[in-house]
Amino acid sequence: MRIELQKRPGQSALFSILSPFIALGLTLVAGVILFAALGKNPFDALYSFFIEPLTEVWSLHELAVKAAPLILIAVGLSICYRSNNWNIGAEGQFIIGAMAGSILPVVFHDWQSPLVLPLMLVFGMVGGALYAAIPAFLKARLNTNEILTSLMLVYVAQLFLDWVVRGPWRNPEGFNFPETRSFHEYAVLPEMIASGKTHWGFGFALLAALLLWFVMRRTLKGFEIAVLGQSARAGRFAGFSDKGMVFFAFMVSGALAGLAGISEVSGAIEQLRPVISPGYGFTAIIVAFLGRLNPLGIVAAGLILALTYLGGEAAQISIGITDKVSRLFQGLLLFFVLGCDTLIHYRITLVQTGLATRQGGTA
Amino acid sequence: MPETIAQLPLLETRGLTKIFGSLKACDGIDLLVAPGEIHALLGENGAGKSTLVKMLFGVLSPSAGVVRWKGKPVEIGSPGQARATGIGMVFQHFSLFEALTVAENIALALDGNVEIGRIAEEARRLSLQYGLPLDPSAHVADLSVGERQRIEIVRTLLQNPELIILDEPTSVLTPQEADKLFETLEKLRGEGRSVLYISHRLEEVQRICDRATVLRHGKVTGACNPRLETPSSLARMMVGSEVAAVSCTGNQPPGGILVEVRALDAPGRTPFAVALKQMNLSVRAGEVIAIAGVAGNGQSEFFDVLSGEVTVANADAVQIAGLPVGHRGITERRMLGCGFVPEERHGHAAVTDLPLTANLLLSRHASDRKSFLSGGPLGLINRAAVAKAARRISAAMDVRKSGDDPAAGSLSGGNLQKFIVGRELDRQPKVLVVNQPTWGVDAGAASRIRQALVDLAKSGSAVIVISQDLDEVFEIASRIAVINEGRLSEAEPATTMTRERIGLLMGGFHDGTVRREEAVLAH
Amino acid sequence: MDMTQAIILTVMTAATPLLLAALGELVVERSGVLNLGVEGMMIMGAVAAFAVAQLTGSAMAGAVGGMLAGLLFSLLFGVLTLTLVANQVATGLALTILGLGLSGMMGEAFIGLPGLKLEAVAIPLMSDIPFFGRILFNQDPIFYVSILAVIGVHWFLFKTRAGLKLRAIGDNHGSAHALGIKVIRTRYLAVMFGGACAGLAGAHLSIVYTPQWVENMTAGRGWIALALVVFASWRPGRVLAGAYLFGAVSIGQLHAQAFGMGIPSQFLSALPYLATIAVLVIISLNRRMTLINTPASLGKSFVPER
Repeated sequence: MRIELQKRPGQSALFSILSPFIALGLTLVAGVILFAALGKNPFDALYSFFIEPLTEVWSLHELAVKAAPLILIAVGLSICYRSNNWNIGAEGQFIIGAMAGSILPVVFHDWQSPLVLPLMLVFGMVGGALYAAIPAFLKARLNTNEILTSLMLVYVAQLFLDWVVRGPWRNPEGFNFPETRSFHEYAVLPEMIASGKTHWGFGFALLAALLLWFVMRRTLKGFEIAVLGQSARAGRFAGFSDKGMVFFAFMVSGALAGLAGISEVSGAIEQLRPVISPGYGFTAIIVAFLGRLNPLGIVAAGLILALTYLGGEAAQISIGITDKVSRLFQGLLLFFVLGCDTLIHYRITLVQTGLATRQGGTA
Repeated sequence: MPETIAQLPLLETRGLTKIFGSLKACDGIDLLVAPGEIHALLGENGAGKSTLVKMLFGVLSPSAGVVRWKGKPVEIGSPGQARATGIGMVFQHFSLFEALTVAENIALALDGNVEIGRIAEEARRLSLQYGLPLDPSAHVADLSVGERQRIEIVRTLLQNPELIILDEPTSVLTPQEADKLFETLEKLRGEGRSVLYISHRLEEVQRICDRATVLRHGKVTGACNPRLETPSSLARMMVGSEVAAVSCTGNQPPGGILVEVRALDAPGRTPFAVALKQMNLSVRAGEVIAIAGVAGNGQSEFFDVLSGEVTVANADAVQIAGLPVGHRGITERRMLGCGFVPEERHGHAAVTDLPLTANLLLSRHASDRKSFLSGGPLGLINRAAVAKAARRISAAMDVRKSGDDPAAGSLSGGNLQKFIVGRELDRQPKVLVVNQPTWGVDAGAASRIRQALVDLAKSGSAVIVISQDLDEVFEIASRIAVINEGRLSEAEPATTMTRERIGLLMGGFHDGTVRREEAVLAH
Repeated sequence: MDMTQAIILTVMTAATPLLLAALGELVVERSGVLNLGVEGMMIMGAVAAFAVAQLTGSAMAGAVGGMLAGLLFSLLFGVLTLTLVANQVATGLALTILGLGLSGMMGEAFIGLPGLKLEAVAIPLMSDIPFFGRILFNQDPIFYVSILAVIGVHWFLFKTRAGLKLRAIGDNHGSAHALGIKVIRTRYLAVMFGGACAGLAGAHLSIVYTPQWVENMTAGRGWIALALVVFASWRPGRVLAGAYLFGAVSIGQLHAQAFGMGIPSQFLSALPYLATIAVLVIISLNRRMTLINTPASLGKSFVPER
């Protein structure tokens, strides 16, 4: 018996929609097995993990707060991945964007005006875009693998933040804690919905997803992204610049990651600390794939992955499982998504080995 | 060669079938090859010839049917088993490894654990014996196409096969190299071996083959002695009906110069690319200029420079309608009224997984901006307009497809090529540059495409056709030039050109004159 | 033992995991497969080695356990990319994310526990050589394995028929298949070898380098190993040189931090990562070399015609 794959002539529309759901289903099954192995009642565990966080209003707000950076970053990543630019450094762009956006409230903390917040957001986007331009430049001009360069820059960004927060930007009135001063009221991203903590970062995320959907579906730029991602040569034949796209994709993605960074810092944390992200930049990669690089899918996927973060915290309290289970779920989910994606491009058949040529063939 | 009826056939197949999903590539094939015979497997592109021999060589497993070797049924499950049975194969698309040496390449095709040094010696000896000299320590990446084929043949011969399968061997050879190959084949037949010779070229088959089996759409449509048939009777077995010959009557005298290439120099962009040297060409309105040449002599590089995908240092080196465009990209050249059809259908001329409407937009989004796009800088795609144009093109070129707007990958080679050529013709371009217009395309589609090219020229456009197929070149060209190692020969009128002369030019020339043959070839 | 010997020893300790992981990945990439999950396989090896050592009381068992963990973990990658033909880049990333998550969970019980250290094994006679003997021939077994692996991989790839077949697959998997070479089976074996090497490299971290388990203790070494393979143009001897170069940079910046040179420690800690970028840029500048040495079918999907 062996597995045989036959390439489909196009992409299966049916499985394009089904595959993320199948992946989710498989992850849940794996979760059941995992919880049982840990000696907990699997269905109680699944309930506290996936259902409980949805039952309270404050919890739904937490969901939106966590989903906002995931969606925002993943939207940018989807442009990159669709155009075959593998930006793995979104976490670093998030951090640098947060830092760039924090210059005003930290260094120029005396200037307090309604102009501060919009400028912070702009700085955040510019900071993220410029940081992403580094691996873009290295790829376009020097042919250097962007996966490794963008990833190395994540470590560099984390160390840079650590230094800045413990050194030059440390709060002088802060009892030597490694953190900056708190942002003044003009530098805090306001809440979006009256009932809770959801800040405008979530609004930005939804707006970004909508804009991307429009660009990909209706505009020439979206067409250019799709073509260059499928075949750089066909893209050049069409007159598109693949090198130009490297810059475009990375910088847009960097800008969105930077916006996510400054939104998180000014909306949720209201200061800079050594750690400002529980790995959003990496989880966003999973969001992008689970959402099949489609902006609307990404919104849904972002909410689901935000749920895994909350679920881990909830399960820790109610059942006593480590919250690291979140990371495990996220990794498993990505695995299953990739496996199920095969169904979209290939038909899988099981073939008997040793199918001998039969005697007396037909004419 | 006298008919030997009572002799045991070397290879026999009965009802051999191969099904891929819903496609029957081979349908109940009966084949008989006698010992000491050169047997042709005839058929046009897509007839099932390659699939059949892949089954004989163990690369594919049959869905049904029986193979008999010297009367006994055999199951050939792998190339190793095929070799052990006594069957050798030279693939059309070589199975070579560029980064490895000749000796290593040969070693990989052999079974057992013979030491590489001995293989190298054996290979060198055999190659000289059969008139196909090789240097075992050379890297394949540095060899020409003809030399690469020698590796394929020598490594097959090292196994001492009784049946040698050759898949379209002359498609990459000059006429002179082909002659050498035929000598080798006759030598092999003299040794009592058999050759299964796959081709779609009737002249060759009639020249060297003793028997022929004809395939069409996966079925056998005839088995005969090709020398007793006429080209048209063979063609009818291959294609099923008379294929319309291309009509070139009513040509007006050529008009003004629309494309000029002057002293064009372009360095190789990668270590394995061909550098273009001092190319000169002028093409007038109403002309079809054919650039003949064996693969790997700079055709793609020349196409890229003409299309503008690659720009050159000297702006004047390429001129369109008198304007220097050497520095201008493909979009600007399209805006000047040019159309381009590259060699690769998949991943260059079209994107396999995108639908036909998207592929239409691929080359026409700039030139047809007013009809296909709206919203100014936003660039909103006007789907209805694109779909309408796609339908028009499909109708004009008789493109057979499933559904209204299928993915490019679901069309057959011929139909996709018709769409791609039609996409450019739809614009009535003043200049059309086509690289290998009918490679891998069935006869009906090929004939239609060639007629379209001739008609375009007749309407006053300049058409440049780069082609490896000499039949095609003579069918449609008004003038012919030869490309060799990045140089272009002087274009001569088709009426005064001969195959022999083209063959010599393909072998090399300097300043327009033919280079003398290398001593190593004169065996 | 004097200062120079001590420094060289620490460089060797820093270089060994890089060397092992890079060698494993080199073989994988030579067969045409790009496995970005090295970091994930390494961390799994680290946690497994520590856990097994704790539970069995034997550091050697831990080393074997780490190796096995890496091998099994790499099978996940193999099934997804070789049998189901999933995108190799995305799957490698998934492997890393999964590995970091799974190891974090598994390792929770072991945080803060004192670890078992793999004892050095002195080679008789050789270890008595003045100066070098102490350094080269009185090391933990994993170090010896790493050096033997350099020789072994070189011999395998360039002197054996099986290695020739593997290189052929990496050059052109379509041709290899047409010649009857078992592409997928060879790639599975290569991937598992890579997993075992990465697992052993991770084990070295948790039972030799610092006999301890810390979450995410690989700190990007798996990624640096990937860069090393490119830097070495897929040749084992150069991987050795590159690993030791990086080992020296890592140790150098640690000593600089201890020295108190007035440069912020974070800048010094960033040096290995910046060096990795620099090294990648330098190699990419020579386009001809890159084109000739890169296995031509690297990262491409392979579905055999049957």
